[in-house]
Amino acid sequence: MLDRIAKAQQQIDEACRTLGRPITVMEVCGTHTVAIFRSGIRSTLPKGLKLLSGPGCPVCVTDQGYIDAVLKLARRDDCIIATYGDMIRVPGKDGSLETCAAKAAVRVVLSSEDALQLARDNAGKTVVFIAVGFETTAPASAVVVQEAAREGIENFCVLSGHKLILPAMRALLSGMNDRVDAFLCPGHVSVIIGSGAFAEIVNDFGRPCVVAGFEPLQIIEALAEICRQLSNGKAELKSIYNAVVTERGNLAAQQIIAECFDAADGYWRGLGRIEKSTLVLKEQYRRFDAFARFGLSDEPGEDFSGCRCGEVLCGLIEPMQCPLFGTRCTPAKPIGPCMVSSEGTCAAWYKYGRRS
Amino acid sequence: MARSEPERVLLAHGGGGQLTNQLIRTLIVPHLKNDPLSELGDSARLELESTSICLTTDSYVVKPLFFRGGDIGKLAVCGTINDLAVAGSRPLALTLSLIIEDGFEMGLLERILESIGQTARENHVSVVTGDTKTVERGAADALFLNTAGIGIRLPGVNPGLERIEVGDKILLSGTIGDHGMTIISQREGIEFESQLVSDCAALADLTCTLFQRTDGVKFMRDATRGGLAAVLNEVAEGAHLGIEIRDADIPVKPSVQAAADMLGFDVLNIANEGKFIAIVSPEAAEVCLELCRNHPLGRDAAVIGEVVASQGAPLVELRTRIGGRRVVQMPYGRELPRIC
Repeated sequence: MLDRIAKAQQQIDEACRTLGRPITVMEVCGTHTVAIFRSGIRSTLPKGLKLLSGPGCPVCVTDQGYIDAVLKLARRDDCIIATYGDMIRVPGKDGSLETCAAKAAVRVVLSSEDALQLARDNAGKTVVFIAVGFETTAPASAVVVQEAAREGIENFCVLSGHKLILPAMRALLSGMNDRVDAFLCPGHVSVIIGSGAFAEIVNDFGRPCVVAGFEPLQIIEALAEICRQLSNGKAELKSIYNAVVTERGNLAAQQIIAECFDAADGYWRGLGRIEKSTLVLKEQYRRFDAFARFGLSDEPGEDFSGCRCGEVLCGLIEPMQCPLFGTRCTPAKPIGPCMVSSEGTCAAWYKYGRRS
Repeated sequence: MARSEPERVLLAHGGGGQLTNQLIRTLIVPHLKNDPLSELGDSARLELESTSICLTTDSYVVKPLFFRGGDIGKLAVCGTINDLAVAGSRPLALTLSLIIEDGFEMGLLERILESIGQTARENHVSVVTGDTKTVERGAADALFLNTAGIGIRLPGVNPGLERIEVGDKILLSGTIGDHGMTIISQREGIEFESQLVSDCAALADLTCTLFQRTDGVKFMRDATRGGLAAVLNEVAEGAHLGIEIRDADIPVKPSVQAAADMLGFDVLNIANEGKFIAIVSPEAAEVCLELCRNHPLGRDAAVIGEVVASQGAPLVELRTRIGGRRVVQMPYGRELPRIC
């Protein structure tokens, strides 16, 4: 393994020298962000190669309006909030799920099935599943909605905050941050949507896209491939995660998403409103839609003063450039979501980076 | 009024009356049998061979109460023994306080007491006094334990952060993350759980050997909550020195690593219940490693890094397998499973 790493590192060095200009590569997956930090990859790269974290952490990209809707539900005593762990510490106006004076029971679940089971076990309460995440978690939400419909579990509903990664990448390149030279494409999401899905980024924007897994070797080889393409003046789609990612992806998962959800315009933290970028439940499943059931709005929420998570998510600034980073905003007392999630860019910088 | 043996612990069992007496005499004392305890006095009287002692206390609220590799009782005995052991003492006696929720199954209580008795006997410590309280349903989660312990300090053994110097070696007594990942996976009902076993064990025999057979052990701490990362950061901060460790040398079981990766946890932050970190002089490192590896609880021991000079704030740094570097932070509170 070390031979291959050394070889890839050498290719990166050579390509950077040939190009003679700085290269910016963005990863759009929180697991990549953490893997890059944990393995210390940054410290092995030439100065000219900059890695930026994009909108890849599900908690981080979730708009404040959605968080406020969740906290509104938490104040109801007829609800049980079932949520993935990362979400409970995201602050809203009056605290987070962890600290607000919640009247609803807040339960951390590891799967959507656990949430549905809570509904089966608590007939007197409405279980609201806080469904966030990209194409990776959307199929699991779809499965339980169909299951609830089939079994007639009416005390269950889903607050869908699911997002699609491609519209966000397009939005970035179309205006927010066109300095990105290439993308390290997400392994998990690609398992579902297929590596072929990124062809539109290559074709429409001329940016190399390389799908990789999460082992340091995979990431470094993907970076070497990106550098090779850039130094040859090329932009191609390539997957080096062929053990699990196919070109067309998981068709069954794609189908169940299509059966349950429509792509709609939606709000992202930092990126604003993006066309056809969020998943809303189809009309036939409207009774399981928590927005509809509780008359909640999905309008954008107010951001907290001073928090620059939005710019961090777009790769416009690095966490250290936010005046709150490491001072008022720490993992123990996060102000913005990028510091909350273990996959958030700020949390990763805080945890693994040198701050001197 | 008929008073048949109840199958569940009742509030009345903590009332100080006949039921309390019965619980203590028929269930608790028989499992923990020893002379000072059998007197059932207000205090246990002990004759000590030295006036230099270590004293510690710890409370145990683990859920689930029974896990692969142990239970709350074994944990309560081992945990307190380990706190005494790493301070350079030979554990002698423990206290045991039980806080039991009304309705707790008597059979489970007996299993836990049996485990406490057995673990104590195996490690040559006695549970010499204790207390039993019952609380209303909802006021405690099934069963909480507290153990305090005293140990006799080993003569001439004086571990302390102030003794640590640049060049000292970081010795880890075995694989990390086993306990924490076992508990988390069992709690969450995750499938890979069957491969995971807690490392819950009492380390006094091994630590006494190390302290007595070499004079190079400068500091020792068991890596419980917060894991290896927490201990190393405490050492770095306390000694005002840097620490550099090598990822490739840190022993982790593949099943533990897989479970941690799946949930997005950093195995360096995960709790252990049968592992210590020793800071040893470079001259003593080989001997210490050898002594560990010859002991059943130190078979996977490894020297994982060194104490280094610190520029600025003392920092723990990890050399990664690919030759990169990164900071190892003090963990902040509990880890949350990630979304995907």
